[in-house]
Amino acid sequence: MGSKTPLYDKHVEAGARIVDFGGWDMPLHYGSQKEEHHAVRTNAGLFDVSHMTIVDLKGERVRDFLRYLVANDVAKLQDAGKALYTCMLNENGGVIDDLIIYFMTETWFRLVVNAATRDKDLAWIRKQAEAFDVAVNERAELAMIAVQGPNARELAAPCIDSEWRQQALDLKLFTGMEAGDLFVARTGYTGEDGWEILMPAARAPSIWDRLVAGGVAPAGLGARDTLRLEAAMNLYGADMDETISPLEAGLAWTVAWEPADRDFIGRKPLEVTRASPDKRRFVGLLLEDKGVLRNHQRVVVDGVGEGEITSGGFSPTIGRSIALARVPAGDYDSAHVDVRGKLLNVRIVKTPFVRNGQVRIEL
Amino acid sequence: MSELPGDLLYTKDHEWLRREDDGTVSIGITDHAQAALGDLVYVELPEVGQDVTEGGDMAVVESVKAASDVYSPIDGIVAAVNDVLADDPETINTEPYDAGWIVKITPSGDIDESALLTPDQYQALLDEEG
Repeated sequence: MGSKTPLYDKHVEAGARIVDFGGWDMPLHYGSQKEEHHAVRTNAGLFDVSHMTIVDLKGERVRDFLRYLVANDVAKLQDAGKALYTCMLNENGGVIDDLIIYFMTETWFRLVVNAATRDKDLAWIRKQAEAFDVAVNERAELAMIAVQGPNARELAAPCIDSEWRQQALDLKLFTGMEAGDLFVARTGYTGEDGWEILMPAARAPSIWDRLVAGGVAPAGLGARDTLRLEAAMNLYGADMDETISPLEAGLAWTVAWEPADRDFIGRKPLEVTRASPDKRRFVGLLLEDKGVLRNHQRVVVDGVGEGEITSGGFSPTIGRSIALARVPAGDYDSAHVDVRGKLLNVRIVKTPFVRNGQVRIEL
Repeated sequence: MSELPGDLLYTKDHEWLRREDDGTVSIGITDHAQAALGDLVYVELPEVGQDVTEGGDMAVVESVKAASDVYSPIDGIVAAVNDVLADDPETINTEPYDAGWIVKITPSGDIDESALLTPDQYQALLDEEG
């Protein structure tokens, strides 16, 4: 028996297959993972993401603290509500976790970190925060629902009090706002438009019901994974971990090198990797043969070397198998993947595979 | 949970067997197994004429979620494979006991039915697994 979110009973009522995820009893799917996936790409789906860890940081020096704690630079956050995706690195430049930071006020930033890494993240943040006199407050009493899909915001708008509704609909991408006792952000993990809504736990079941009654399809962790894979969004623990630098996980764009004198944790070893001509590529793969690519399968690049699939699966939108893989440095555009002893043909493609309902790669 | 077909034999690995009139044995996975796997997206079939041995790998069914081996419950030779599954693996989800059969095997000897489960025994196994 794991931890239960405030929406656990809703999942059981809806016929969910419940699985353990990082110590939480979470819905894998509610009948058909593929249909849930398509609902998000074509209309709207809702995900219970209350297992994710919300942490509020408060203090006079909170911005300075975050400029030291994470690899992206919160100096970029100048408008209230603006969000930043970043990695939090260890002293070797490996990824402790990836997270989103919201700029609430000059003395209050909000982090959303992964559920499976909660304990080590909190311990690390608290340890580093001491020198900056920043208060670290986990908001376990908040629930979180992601509403995702081309019609998601329109269908979810009635859940926002009328006083705030239009302002919420006008939110720019990657920006959030407080709306009464809700926090609404135009963010997500699917490659579709939508909101992530934070709320007091007690309100979560009624908001869930209202969204479902409005035609939003409950979607489980299974669909969440195929959607994020198509969008080429990294999964912590699969695509990167404490032994992997963001530069070898396709996350170089999240590392802020300028200003050069900003000293963030992990910067020095990261600069060494940055200068190395041998650093591995992180690429998208499209399977040209029949079959399904899976995590940890061996990628063979003729005459170059070998790599590994970090996230592989079937793409319901494309109807073929796709993967993210870490492969050797070099200039090549095809490879083989060892699937149960057979070397299948894969093409290296530019990610994302799918974004906003559209296939973005050549088939 | 739907009722189990009464004319089939079952395995602990959630496969079913049907004795056909032509002497072959059809094999597939049960409704319970397909539900646990979720939407199937690919089936790797053996070659016709290939030898299979009891407990050995025979096919692989892959769902959106994971790959899963299908074991042969008997010794024999693959007499036919269900080609429909190459283009439409979801047939196993929709009709696991009929159109969703996976292989037909010509047994190499008598089938030891005591090693297999009757519908009642298989139902008891499912009840146990909850």
